[in-house]
Amino acid sequence: MNEHEARAAVLAAIHEVAPDVNTERLDANSRLRQDLELDSLDFLRLLENLAQSTGVSTPEEDYADLTSVQRLIHYIAAHS
Amino acid sequence: MEASTPASTRWPVIAKDVTADTVTPNLLDYDRACATFSWDDERLALGGLPEGGVNIAYEAVDRHAKSERAGRDALRFVRADGSILSRSYAALADDSDRFASLLRSLGVQRGERVFSLLGRSPALYTAVLGTLKHGAVFCPLFSAFGPEPVRQRLELGAASVLVTTRTLYRRKVAALRSELPALRHVLLIDADGEPERDTLDLEALIAEAPPYGAIAAMQPEDMALLHFTSGTTGRPKGAVHVHDAVTAHYATGRFALDLHPDDVYWCTADPGWVTGTSYGIIAPLVHGVTTVVDEEDMDAERWYRILAEQKVTVWYTAPTALRMLMKAGAARAKAHDLSSLRFVASVGEPLNPEVVVWGQEAFGHPIHDNWWQTETGGIMISNYLSMDIRPGSMGRPLPGIEAAIVARDDTGAPVVRAGHVELVSDPDTMGELALRAGWPSMFRGYLNEEERYRKCFAGGWYLTGDLARRDEDGYYWFVGRGDDVIKSSGHLIGPFEVESSLMEHDAVAEAGVIGVPDSVAGEVVKAFVELKPGFEASDALRLDIIGFARKRLGAAVAPRELEFTPALPKTRSGKILRRLLKARALGLPEGDTSTLEAGR
Repeated sequence: MNEHEARAAVLAAIHEVAPDVNTERLDANSRLRQDLELDSLDFLRLLENLAQSTGVSTPEEDYADLTSVQRLIHYIAAHS
Repeated sequence: MEASTPASTRWPVIAKDVTADTVTPNLLDYDRACATFSWDDERLALGGLPEGGVNIAYEAVDRHAKSERAGRDALRFVRADGSILSRSYAALADDSDRFASLLRSLGVQRGERVFSLLGRSPALYTAVLGTLKHGAVFCPLFSAFGPEPVRQRLELGAASVLVTTRTLYRRKVAALRSELPALRHVLLIDADGEPERDTLDLEALIAEAPPYGAIAAMQPEDMALLHFTSGTTGRPKGAVHVHDAVTAHYATGRFALDLHPDDVYWCTADPGWVTGTSYGIIAPLVHGVTTVVDEEDMDAERWYRILAEQKVTVWYTAPTALRMLMKAGAARAKAHDLSSLRFVASVGEPLNPEVVVWGQEAFGHPIHDNWWQTETGGIMISNYLSMDIRPGSMGRPLPGIEAAIVARDDTGAPVVRAGHVELVSDPDTMGELALRAGWPSMFRGYLNEEERYRKCFAGGWYLTGDLARRDEDGYYWFVGRGDDVIKSSGHLIGPFEVESSLMEHDAVAEAGVIGVPDSVAGEVVKAFVELKPGFEASDALRLDIIGFARKRLGAAVAPRELEFTPALPKTRSGKILRRLLKARALGLPEGDTSTLEAGR
């Protein structure tokens, strides 16, 4: 999966978990918790959603690094 | 009377032997402690203001600031970048003095309400204690609330002052300002010399504030704290707590959390909820211990690092967090030196026995579950360091607390005869958990809702709304809520509040909201929605409605799941039968449907 596809998957997952976020005009540097106001349950659901759509399952020790939309896109692209 | 639930036998008792512990538990003999306990002795141990009167802030801070403990760290903040900011008791006394002084210069009177909408930042702690010193009433709000719950609570609580951040103000309050005429002052903690329109720069004002002088000498029954909670119906309820509550914070901190003067203590609860105030601020400070505060959200690695680096000895956390840690695996815990840890406790919702036992593997200590509510102000039923644990049980009542199981009739109402409630004496028989009214941290009212308050009591007992049973040895076991209130990540969510917000969406005719089981959060909010004519159920509409609710209510309160239904089940009088929605959602028998509206 390239960055472009990973981006589409991440945005789709964000839209599913937090449809209040406008994913069409989303700054990739947005931080998941502070800017998009995702809580920890949202975050877990987001990762579950991505595991289903991309096959990338995220071990718990990587959670701490996935702080922004951009980091999540990189992660999915690198691990798919 | 309802059928008994068989006692759990799957989990063996965890026997305790504290003789080898280096710290002697405050409660060594449960029966003896109960027999000899008196609230007046606890009041004497605290002593009150030297000039007479009582003030929670005096017991929490000033008393220590005048003692040899003045230089000890009262609060140790772990900042986002992992750096540490420490405030000694002396510094905290000074900071809170200045905040009190600022309130005085702003013309805030005793009894007026000061609200916070903040994360776990240093300013929050200063504001709580400063407000109490001034004799005003503090009300914390959860910073993840959306604008609607924030507006409702500021209005119901008649907030005069709000302490918040620039971002939270912009997102959640600025647009509502005209609807909140009572809100005279908004103090921004991060204004940095440039406050928003109609707000003040807290830091600049605090720097200029003169010393406060003698702090407010309050009466034990004067209002100190206001905590909002949710019921099945109607608006959120503001539970009123008084300065005498500190007596219970002290006693319960001693028995249920086993706080000793040299402890390094960490309560992970958010101060937007009652646990974060009673046990994240007041109880540990009253005991003069060092309290660790993590300014960030939960992350397993970060948490283990904090436990290890700060050498936390007593840790009070929540089932949702513990379940997340359990998912991450005990090996993660074992990779850190957690040898300082000597006591782990949990509150918020019943802790599954698996997690209680897992604590031994991960931390070398089982997890001590305890039970209480916003209304009780402090821990009421608990597992203790020295007492054998029955995994899955909430433990036994605190010394000074009398608990009982009240019989319920077929409709779920408590059985009351001639002003007396019928108590269940048979072991393992389910009924409503009740507490003999009159302990110091008991709520003294729901703000401006006397009728709703009175309904919580019968025959001298406070009826908790929780269903429980007591085994033959006096351990209490949680069974479920007696009403439709949802408990997600330890937070109470009122279905009516969520339904009301959903119905503001153009497409929604009616909504019914319930909690459905979730392996991490205990329950998550699920909405069933009936659409107005002309609207078609679709995935896009489902997400649109969820997004709409999240914007108004915030992620913590809005539904995470939503299902369209052609017709919501209702009683003949038109009330939504949430019980039936729940049975359907869980694939359970739907039970007696004789009161269902015809044709539905």
